[in-house]
Order: sequence, then C-alpha cells, then structure tokens
Amino acid sequence: MAMTQAVQPVIRPATQPTTPARHVTVRGRASFWLFGAAACVALLVLLPLAFTLRQALGFGAANAAELVFRPIVGELALNTLMIVAAATVTSAIVGAAAAWFVERTHLPGRKIWAVLAAAPLAVPPFITSYAWVSFSESLQDFNGALLVVTTAYYPLIYLPVAAALRGMDPALEETARSLGLGPWTRFFRVVLPQLKPALLGGMLLVALGTLSEFGAFALLRFRTFTTEIYAEYRLSFDGSGASMLASILMLLCLVCLALEFRVRGLSRYDRMDRGARRAPARYHLGWGKWPVLASFAGLTLVTLGMPLGMIVYWLLQHGDAAITPVEVSLPLVLDATLSSVGLGLAGAALTTVLALPLGLLLARHPGRIATLLERIVYLAQGLPGIVIALAIVSLAIQALRPLYQSAALLVVAYAILFLPLALVSVRAALLQVEPRLEDAARSLGLNRWQTLWRVVLPLAGPGLGCAAALVFISVMTELTATLLLAPIGTQTLAMQVWADTAALAFAAAAPYAAILVGFSLISTWLLMSLFGKTAVLGATS
Amino acid sequence: MANLSVQGLGKQFGAHSVLRGVDLTVASGSLAAILGRSGSGKTTLLRLLCGFERADTGTIQVNGHVISGPGLHVPAEDRRIGYVPQEGALFPYLSVADNIVFGLPRAQRRARHRVQELLELVGLPASYADRPPQALSGGEQQRVALARALAPAPALILLDEPFSALDAALRVETRQAVAAALATAGATALLVTHDQAEALSMGEQVAVLWDGQLIQVANPETLYRTPVSPELASFVGDAVLLPGMADQGYVTCALGRLPIAKAAMSGGGAGAVSVLLRPEQMRLAAGFEHAEVKGRVLDVDFYGHDACVRLALVGAADPLSASVIVTARVPGHTTPRPGDEVAIVVEGEAVTYPASGR
Repeated sequence: MAMTQAVQPVIRPATQPTTPARHVTVRGRASFWLFGAAACVALLVLLPLAFTLRQALGFGAANAAELVFRPIVGELALNTLMIVAAATVTSAIVGAAAAWFVERTHLPGRKIWAVLAAAPLAVPPFITSYAWVSFSESLQDFNGALLVVTTAYYPLIYLPVAAALRGMDPALEETARSLGLGPWTRFFRVVLPQLKPALLGGMLLVALGTLSEFGAFALLRFRTFTTEIYAEYRLSFDGSGASMLASILMLLCLVCLALEFRVRGLSRYDRMDRGARRAPARYHLGWGKWPVLASFAGLTLVTLGMPLGMIVYWLLQHGDAAITPVEVSLPLVLDATLSSVGLGLAGAALTTVLALPLGLLLARHPGRIATLLERIVYLAQGLPGIVIALAIVSLAIQALRPLYQSAALLVVAYAILFLPLALVSVRAALLQVEPRLEDAARSLGLNRWQTLWRVVLPLAGPGLGCAAALVFISVMTELTATLLLAPIGTQTLAMQVWADTAALAFAAAAPYAAILVGFSLISTWLLMSLFGKTAVLGATS
Repeated sequence: MANLSVQGLGKQFGAHSVLRGVDLTVASGSLAAILGRSGSGKTTLLRLLCGFERADTGTIQVNGHVISGPGLHVPAEDRRIGYVPQEGALFPYLSVADNIVFGLPRAQRRARHRVQELLELVGLPASYADRPPQALSGGEQQRVALARALAPAPALILLDEPFSALDAALRVETRQAVAAALATAGATALLVTHDQAEALSMGEQVAVLWDGQLIQVANPETLYRTPVSPELASFVGDAVLLPGMADQGYVTCALGRLPIAKAAMSGGGAGAVSVLLRPEQMRLAAGFEHAEVKGRVLDVDFYGHDACVRLALVGAADPLSASVIVTARVPGHTTPRPGDEVAIVVEGEAVTYPASGR
C-alpha cells in the first residue's frame, strides 16, 4: 500500500471497546441488513488476505520450503530488513528532532517549519524517487532508497511526536525541576518516557510503509520483497513464487500492524487526563538557532525543494534533453489526467459507499461484532498494495475471468486498499449526527426523509465529502495496484511517470509528475483548511 | 526545615503588573496560606518562589540564603523547594513508589529509599507502592505528590491549590491528611488557595493577596474577625454590612447599639461608619413582644446543620432600620419559617470601617 501513505498515513480506529459511549444511545438492535452489509464489506477485505494464504498453503510443505529457502529470498530479506531498520531509525531521529525544535523552542518561523515538516507526506515516494534518479544515476541502491523513504516517511514520526510534545503537561517538568533535575535529566527522565508511545507507534508505521513501498524502490533499482514480487509476477503469471513472497511480506506487515495496535493501547493507559493546561515552556536557543535554522532549511530543500525543483527543471527542458528523448504529447497528458481523475472519482465513490454501513454500525450500534468487523477492515492497512493486487489478479484469472483487467476490478482493489482511510472519516462524520438531534427533528414533525435531508446530511455531509476526497487523492497517487490491474490501453498519471522514468525519459515524465504532485498538494491543503489538520492526518496530529 | 522571607517582590508581564511589593515571612515548621481570588497573582507568587519565573524586583530568602534578588536567580532545580502542583501531576508512566523516589539520587531510587515511611506519613497503605497512578483517586494522587515532594527533604514545600479538583468530602479528608503529614514532617509549607475555608482551616497564618498586593497577613481568627476592609470581609466569609454612627467604643446601627471590637477601634473613631457583623452573630428568638429589634423572615436557605435566614427589619422607630435586610445564620433546629416575626439579638462585637461613599 505504498501510495496509500501519500496523504493519510495513519489510520487509527477510533472505537475501542472501552471508549465511553458518549454520543451513543444504543437504540434497539441494528437491522439485519446493516449487519449484513457491514459483514460483506469486511469479507471483501479478507478476500485477498485469505486468497494469498490459501495459495501459499496450497503449495505443500516441500514446495513451499523450496520456494522460500532460495538464495534470492535471503538476499531480499536482508535488503528489506536493512532498509526497514535504517529508514525507521533515521526517520525517528529526523522526525523527533524536528518536532522538538518546532514545539519546544523559540525557533524563528516555527509555524512555517511545522507545515513544511509535514508536507512531504503529500508527495508520493515514487515521485521523490523519480526526482533523485533523474538528478543523478549514482543515487541508487541502498543510499538512494534510504534517502527517499526517509524523506517520505519521517513526517509519520514528526506528527505524532509533535502532538505528544504539545499535549505534555508542563507541571510534570516543573515538578521534576523542583525535585532538582537539570535540563538533560529532565529530557531523559520526563520528556522521553512520555514520547515513547508516539515515537514507537510512528516507527512501526514507518516500518509498515517501508515494507509496503514498491514504486520508489523499483525506480531506484533497489530490490526488496515488493519489487521481486512484481518481477516474478511479470515473469510468470502462475505466480507461485510471487505469492509465496507475498505471504511472507504480508506476515511481516501484519506483525508491524499488531505491534502498532499494542503500542497505541498502552499509550491510552499511560495518559492521565487533567483539566485545563498551560502550554509547555519553550527553550531559548540563543546562538544555537542558526545551525538549527540551517538544518531545517536543508531538510526542506532535500525533502521538498529537490523533488519539486527537479520536476520544474524537467518541465522546462526539451524532450530530448533526457537520456531517452521522448516528446511530450499534450493529448496523452490530457488522456492520462482524465483516466486518473475518472478512476479517482470511481474509487472515492465506491470506497465511501462501502464504508457507510460499517460506519453506521460503529456509530449507532457499537459492540463486539461492530468492533470485530472494524478490526478486520483495518487489517487492510497491513496488506501491501502489491499483495492485494496480486491476489486480485490471481482471483480474477482463476474465477472471474471476464473481470480480469477491467476497470471495475481495479476500483474494487482501490476500495479494499483505502477502506480504512474512508472508514475513519465516515465514522467520525456519522458520530456528528447524534440520535438526540434526529429525535428532536422527528418530534418537530419532520418525517424520516426530511430528517435525512435537513439534519443528517448537513451534519454528516462534510465529513463524508472529506472521506471521499481523501480516497480520491490516494487513488490518484496510487501506483502499485494500478500497474498490475489497469485495463490494457489505460494510462494514468502515475503509470506514465513510472513508465517514462523506467525508460529514463525524464522530461517526458515531468508533466505527469507535476500534475500529480499539484493535485496532491493542493487538495491536501484544501482539505486541511476546510476540515482542519486532524481530519486529514488522523490522530497523528 | 527553614524559614522563608520575601521582601518587596514584584513581577510584571508586559505592561501588566501582577505582583507589587510583596513582603512575607513564614516561620520554620509552620504552614502559611496565601488566599486570593483567581487573577490575584497567587500562582505567579508561587512560581517566583519555585524559580519557574524570574522576579523583576525584590528578594527571596530561604533560611537566610538569598535565592532570588537583584542580579541573582537560582534555577528551580537548585532551590531545594518542594512543589505540589494542582491535581498532583504524577508521572503517569511510573509506579507510585517510582514517583515518590523520583527526586532522589540513583542509588536511593534503586533502594526505594523511605517509600514505606513516606506512604505511611501521607496516610496511604504500603501496598500502594506498586500501583500505577491512574489506579488512585484524586485525593490519593495528591497525597503521593506530597510524598514525592517531601522525599528529598526540601527546605520548603509549596502547595498550589492542591485540593481544588477534589469533591467536597474527599477535600476535607485529604486536607486533614496533608496537614497531618506536613506537621509530622516538621515541614515549612506555603499553601496557595482561593478557598477561604481551606485557608482558614489549614493556615497558621493567612496572607491575603488582592490585586497583586498582600493586604493582610494574620492568623485565621484575626483575619475573619477583623478584616482590614469591607471587601475583604465579604471575601473571607459571609458579611452583614450596615451603616452606623460610632461613638466612644460603641456603634449605633439598625441592629441597635453594639460594642466595637478593640482590635478594630483604630479604624473607626467617631462619626459615620460601616458596620461589619457576621451572620452567625445574630440570634433569632420568637415571642419577644418588646424586643428592641425585630425582623420578618423573607426566605430561608436550609442546609440541615444550619440555615441562612434573610430578614427585613420591622417596627422600629429608628429611621435607620427602614428597609434594611440582614442575613442570620442559625442552627438548623431553630430555623424560623418565612413570614415569621422574630426578635434579633446580636452577640459579640462589631467591626467598623470609615464610611465610604456607598
């Protein structure tokens, strides 16, 4: 699910069985149809997972062992684990340091730095990858991969850590001071322990993102499980090797997801809610502000200036300036844009509609079944786009032949990928509509449809729109599933960037990349100013 | 434990002067209360004492050592002043025992130095040591916060509205436990509060902070009996304020001729004055046909153990008593009914203030 991360990186289920049911008046039993529809949605998410496991189990132990214990698998495992470990650590250092300076010092321009530090999330990693590859061919392999993933994912640490720093109770540090602790001991004994859940949770999300990343690694010729799955899938459509690798990858991702759930559970326990709080104290940097400012400028240059700058540079070049000269054709650009927008709209509509029954169930009839179904849907976060796409391809070939390489199937894949994303917003939107308000409307003489039109829609409408918009952006910037499932003849913006970059036609890729990044940045910015930061970035911010 | 001495302390935030010329001395081993409304500057005073903020003027001495003065600001971590914040602010990621030993050197932290002793001191069972702070009630958290502040044996303990977040029943209980613990430890302590009952019941000395200045520093009884201004009188308790004429140690008002408290004489002298009485000084009695002062009960707020009765004075020839309404606090079992006519007898002395233009 590499590209899912582009906008809404962290999808956090808001319901916990222990959550006090503030909004919720449980009124009677949910209808059979609501449960049925929600269960069908959950089954849809389970489908690729179950299918992948079934295929892997179908090989028999001997075959499976043969497929797993190949030298190439060892090499891939090493590559994957190394990049995951390195990206997690560098992201943690960069993200946490940036968060601390923005939230706890008098750094000049910290409001701007706060925005710039989160902005790389809106740039799909394969676009960053394209920028670096087109800048210098020497930036490949491990170092290039580390640079690109750190750029793409350090905001996943920055956002939760900054939120944790903001929410910290200054009384704790003051008490520590009164007990004789100096600045450094305070940091290690008071600040760091409180950051632990945010930091650990963020690191696991970086690990998850890195494990699932495909486009960025493929363009940098860095071989991991995802790129190898793609390569083996291209070689042979029976995909036994590919699905074996996919199973391993899926298990790794699910472990990360499970750990992240656990860390989040612990963090809830570790918090003590107190009344009104003062803002935490900020440190004066003195002369130290100059190196810090230089570092922030450098960070912005590398993470945003470089990708955007390279796109602009190639836009201004003639097609033949690149290694492979390809002329940019306007009809093709228009065509790809229309395809992307069309798929984005279809994906957004289907995903939001599919999220509705479960969202309604969670908002109105919370309980064990609703929570179970919700957890199942959130499992999709642990399924890399390439795994879902591969499962759907195999499924289509084996059972749904007429649907194979149809746009419909691609849209279903998007829905599975982005259901967790939509569900968060849909659920929150439906919680806005308190049953009391509907009761009040009914008591004032409105019938069911008038209530829907005049009460429910005005309250839930914006949130549903937000959900659809988030999915739209994610679909636009999705690469992996699109590559595997797009109907023959269909070219999207992401596919064009991919194809042209792979062919080293950097100037030809530029307009597509520009439109893609433009869409992503502008719509993310619009969403944030319309709905606030939390609606777009989830509980991370 | 040591004494605290503050001279001429002042602090401004921008153009706004929060504290002006605060002088205060707290004797070794005693507990003083700073009483003030929200916005009176009491939290700022506390933060200056702790060292979280820097004073603009004045000096702070603990046990004769200057910790804050012109050109000198000992950082909070070097002051050895214990701090019990509002709502405790226990470290949520540490157990009760780890919270208590937090300020001790590493070896003593490992050995859980004095944890049992301190838990006992604040009146908590030893079994609480391994609990997470979330498992404690608000009052218990507050006690652990006190134990944590006492553990490094600080020179002085400051308590910032420690009971304000607790419900009424828990507040009394926690207040008593904290007072007992501080007394046992022989600690010099300063309690900041906006609750007059808390200040009066806990402080051996109460200092009233009003608009950034200390307007009265006295023991609780003196403060309640003879506050320096009518406004302060209403702040530290319910007050009945009436116009009157003072003459030779007595004051004549709608409630008759009353002796003036000796301690308050200097303010009055002779002439027009404001008279302060407390509602509990009024005795109400039925059936005195010829009583000097009578009132008709307007309404009653019944609390059980006692009741507040609002009365309109009636029948007296004195024009002063026309349309005067007074409040009396009477024991619950003697509460009259609205409409009853009762005799009013004032017990004790009145306090007078020079009549203002009101």
